[in-house]
Amino acid sequence: MSAAVTLVDLVLSAVLIVLACSALAVRSLRQGIPLFISFGLLLALIWARLAAPDLAIAEAAIGAGLTGGLLMVSLRELPTAANAFAVRFSAGRVLVDLLTLILMVVFTYAFWSGLESNDGGRLVNDVSARLPESGVSNPVTAVLLNFRAYDTLLELAVLLAAVLGIRSVGAPFPGPGTANVMLSGLSNWIVPVLIVTGGYVLWAGADTPGGAFQAGAILAAALIMLRLNGHDVVQGIGLRAERVSLSCGVMGFLLVGGAVMLNDSVFLRYPTEWAGSLILVIEVLATMAITFSLANAFAAPPAGGPASV
Amino acid sequence: MIEVIAGFLILTGAGFFIAGSIGLLRLPDLCCRLHALTKVDNLGLGLTLIGITLLEGSVVFGLKALLTWLLVMVSGAASAHLIANFDSRQTE
Amino acid sequence: MFDEQVIYGLTGMLLFVVGLRGALLHPLLLGQIIAFNISGAGLFLTLVAVAYDGGASPADPVIHALVLTGIVVAISATAFALAIARRIRGNIND
Repeated sequence: MSAAVTLVDLVLSAVLIVLACSALAVRSLRQGIPLFISFGLLLALIWARLAAPDLAIAEAAIGAGLTGGLLMVSLRELPTAANAFAVRFSAGRVLVDLLTLILMVVFTYAFWSGLESNDGGRLVNDVSARLPESGVSNPVTAVLLNFRAYDTLLELAVLLAAVLGIRSVGAPFPGPGTANVMLSGLSNWIVPVLIVTGGYVLWAGADTPGGAFQAGAILAAALIMLRLNGHDVVQGIGLRAERVSLSCGVMGFLLVGGAVMLNDSVFLRYPTEWAGSLILVIEVLATMAITFSLANAFAAPPAGGPASV
Repeated sequence: MIEVIAGFLILTGAGFFIAGSIGLLRLPDLCCRLHALTKVDNLGLGLTLIGITLLEGSVVFGLKALLTWLLVMVSGAASAHLIANFDSRQTE
Repeated sequence: MFDEQVIYGLTGMLLFVVGLRGALLHPLLLGQIIAFNISGAGLFLTLVAVAYDGGASPADPVIHALVLTGIVVAISATAFALAIARRIRGNIND
């Protein structure tokens, strides 16, 4: 039984590596990008195999879905087939191959000795011990929004910074397409399902796998489907609403973190009886920010030019 | 007994998936490949989900599996249409 | 130390190295962006393999939270990189 499971693991890993190498080695990136999307989906399956369901949802939605979508949209404008594809046998290439080999040997040795010398102490015990005080019962959500909330605040700030960068220096995407009959029919069904699913994943993130980031990605997918049909929600909501929707994640976090300082004078230390509600408030605002930020990555700068944001 | 039926269904579903993958690789034309993929993956996924539902044994799980199957079928059909549409416009 | 940890850990490192090689040697900018994504995915795979503790006991949530943060940061960086790439190499009618 266990040998069969190991065989499945070996096959999954082998296919993963083959997909990654093919994505980079095929002649044209028109084939390479779908291979990369398949790589992402297989990785999501592997996360589920390795007892990481939160990561599986996030990888399928963000890593495979949204990243794949971004790459596909860029297919039209960036060169995808190189003429001199096989780099000539040159000193640089040999050097890089040698570096690759050395790194692989070093990593294997480090990983092996790290695993061997593990003394058995695991952080999961510390997290489980303090989980009842955190306000939620999903340990990953507790770590993300309570124990390591500062990291999540900075992550939302990174997302905001990326969107600001895209809106200021990025080239405009072509405008929303004309609605295809099949696509609009599909959207009539899929967008409500996506909205309900996103809301559910956000709510369920407190106790079961899920959370703000997965929900934000699902809702961003709904916004992108709307844009493909010609309803540009991201830019149709007006400038002030745009600013609020993009920054509400970071601002909400800072406000909550500052407000609890009145209680305990430590930034982001929630009082225990309020922890669940505060986490919910932060998650809702973070979901809205993530949704609009990810949808903005697919949008075109406003008509007045980048400076009018 | 239930496990035997479930195992048989899952293996049949896997067989359909293999057939679809071979079709993707070996069929000559874009439309032929889309046909193979969508037809075969709907049936393959459906059989696999029925098999898993038999193993799980709960009605709620069966409803979720049914919803998943419907969503995959709908999005597969729409994507296949869009791809074929785009391809036919390309070759005009 | 579980079998799965070893298999997926080594796979992750191999992916990191494949991505690094692609980022250095791929002739196209879009290919280099994809290679960085593959590198990142390999890194996450190694981390999650370390966090795995057998099917019965729960895996390490701190590492899972770290990788989740990493996935979101990776797509932010990819989106920004693509925006800049389209500006410098794209065919836009300004």
